[in-house]
Amino acid sequence: MTDLDSKPAETHLAPLSHATLPGWAPWATVVVGLVVGAIVGGVMLGGGVVATVVVAWLVVVLALPLWSRAVEGGRKGTDRLVTVLVWSTFGLAMIPLVSLTWQVVSKGVGILSPQFFQNSMAGVLGSGGGIYHALMGTLIITALATLISVPIGVLTAVYLVEYGKNNTFSRIITFLVDVMTGIPSIVAGLFAYALFVAFFGPGVKMGFAGSIALSVLMIPVVVRSTEEMLKLVPADLREASYALGVPKWRTITKVVMPTAVAGIVTGVTLAVARVAGETAPLLLTAGLTNYVNFNPFDGRMTTLPVFIYYAIKEPGIYAEEMTAYAWGAALVLVVIVMALNVVARVIGGVFAPKTGR
Amino acid sequence: MAKSIDVSDLNIYYGDFLAVEGVNISIKARAVTALIGPSGCGKSTFLRSLNRMHEVIPGARAEGKVMVDGQDLYASDVDPVAVRRQIGMVFQRPNPFPTMSIYENVLAGKRLNAKKLKKSEADDLVEKSLRGANLWTEVKDRLGKPGMGLSGGQQQRLCIARAIAVEPEVLLMDEPCSALDPISTAAIEDLIHDLKSDYTIVIVTHNMQQAARVSDDTGFFNLRATGEPGQLVEFNPTKKMFTNPDNESTESYISGRFG
Ligand SMILES: Nc1ncnc2c1ncn2[C@@H]1O[C@H](COP(=O)(O)OP(=O)(O)OP(=O)(O)O)[C@@H](O)[C@H]1O
Ligand SMILES: [Mg+2]
Repeated sequence: MTDLDSKPAETHLAPLSHATLPGWAPWATVVVGLVVGAIVGGVMLGGGVVATVVVAWLVVVLALPLWSRAVEGGRKGTDRLVTVLVWSTFGLAMIPLVSLTWQVVSKGVGILSPQFFQNSMAGVLGSGGGIYHALMGTLIITALATLISVPIGVLTAVYLVEYGKNNTFSRIITFLVDVMTGIPSIVAGLFAYALFVAFFGPGVKMGFAGSIALSVLMIPVVVRSTEEMLKLVPADLREASYALGVPKWRTITKVVMPTAVAGIVTGVTLAVARVAGETAPLLLTAGLTNYVNFNPFDGRMTTLPVFIYYAIKEPGIYAEEMTAYAWGAALVLVVIVMALNVVARVIGGVFAPKTGR
Repeated sequence: MAKSIDVSDLNIYYGDFLAVEGVNISIKARAVTALIGPSGCGKSTFLRSLNRMHEVIPGARAEGKVMVDGQDLYASDVDPVAVRRQIGMVFQRPNPFPTMSIYENVLAGKRLNAKKLKKSEADDLVEKSLRGANLWTEVKDRLGKPGMGLSGGQQQRLCIARAIAVEPEVLLMDEPCSALDPISTAAIEDLIHDLKSDYTIVIVTHNMQQAARVSDDTGFFNLRATGEPGQLVEFNPTKKMFTNPDNESTESYISGRFG
């Protein structure tokens, strides 16, 4: 039986403190590594920055774990090694992101001006043009695609999670959604184009056709993310609601959806960000124009990615100006996508169920 | 308007698995009926079949008769939603709505059913229900705060307040005090006493003293053997159950010799 009076045995206790490397040790290793790297890699081998970094990395990855092993013991040494490797892969992964951002910003920022946002390319040869038409095209086509995809996607997910319960029909839908997820965007574009050709004849181009193509890409993403979010709502909450005599549809609209709304909105926003940069399907469906067009149901409508594509591919004689326009448009597009991601995070935070202690 | 419940030959399934078999029981109106028995013998399952919450679980179904005021709950023309409005339930685990404040949680039964309440009526109902669940003094200054911000025991009392706010005729409670301290437990037991004059109450408990203190009748559930369905072994007035039970296994369970 338990004996509260007996003292714990004082022998056998391992010491709780060990020798540790000072806090500056990793940084010191990095500095030493860089110095060695510069001397050995940069000067002796003549490899420049790349060789410097590679040699520095080799020094750090060898020296720090060995130093730690000597001072702190085996487990800490392994820990240091893995830490270095994790940071290295992180750094590796950051290289494309940082260099992409740097490229886009440095090449695109020069062209930005109020004029760049206010003008279209109508009648512009060389300088003086802008992306107003493409910006509006992107906003209108993506907004329409969202309007189409969100109700369809969310309601499909509600059916699958709340009503389907793994019956044959819902399994077929899930399969089709999976297939849709893998559809290449050009095929979605071809589909929308063929659909509109059937109604309006060959060569048809309109913004709405682009929205349809984007919806084909968006719907499966919305279905999937909404489904996951709805599944996360605990069954206890549904039962609590049923036990109060609340019908199922009210339980879904008033209890399940509000609980999951943060995740659903985040998923939708990310899906929007994803399709906002689509090019191929819009080339086929919405086409290119230099004019502003606010009517998605009539005539060509340019979006930012399509504008960039043509500015690089067919710049004509004003190649320099067109390239500058393309980078400016690319910067704007990246900013829009990043802003959407930030919005998704903010919305997720605002709607998330509060614990509020 | 409390109602009596007559159950006859009730078999309860999870898919093909027969969880509870052949229950016959008469639950009196305006009385407290306690259900006791070892873990896994089907007390919660049986309780949930009394307001058609059981069938919410995919594949779950019940066969037999549950007569409330002469009406069979499992007749084909009975709307389970209507049943649940009259027969409220408090769950084993507290489950306040995370998107709602304390105030809204109490009113959830009304609001979710789109009942219009005047502000003053709503305030009164919230206060009355929270007082009934012995939670009012603790939360009266933070009614607008999220219900999830309460401690586990407070959440359970919030769920009790939520259940009594819709004024059901029967109240089913599945181990309502298992997460509560002795003071809140005493308060809930007082509450059960008070509610008894208006409601029919069925309470599942693992606490023998509690069953003895609050209930008029007691039902003892047990498994015949592991893997076999649970069944109602004995159903008698509480006094008789705890002094002179008919069944041997009841006696050994109550006196703590097994289970
Ligand atoms: N959702 C479910 N699906 C399948 N079987 C279940 C489910 N819930 C419970 N069971 C089974 O039904 C039987 C009775 O379970 P029940 O929850 O009613 O027990 P209990 O008497 O309430 O136990 P406790 O005192 O631990 O709460 C058990 O064998 C259990 O494994
Ligand atoms: Mg139980």
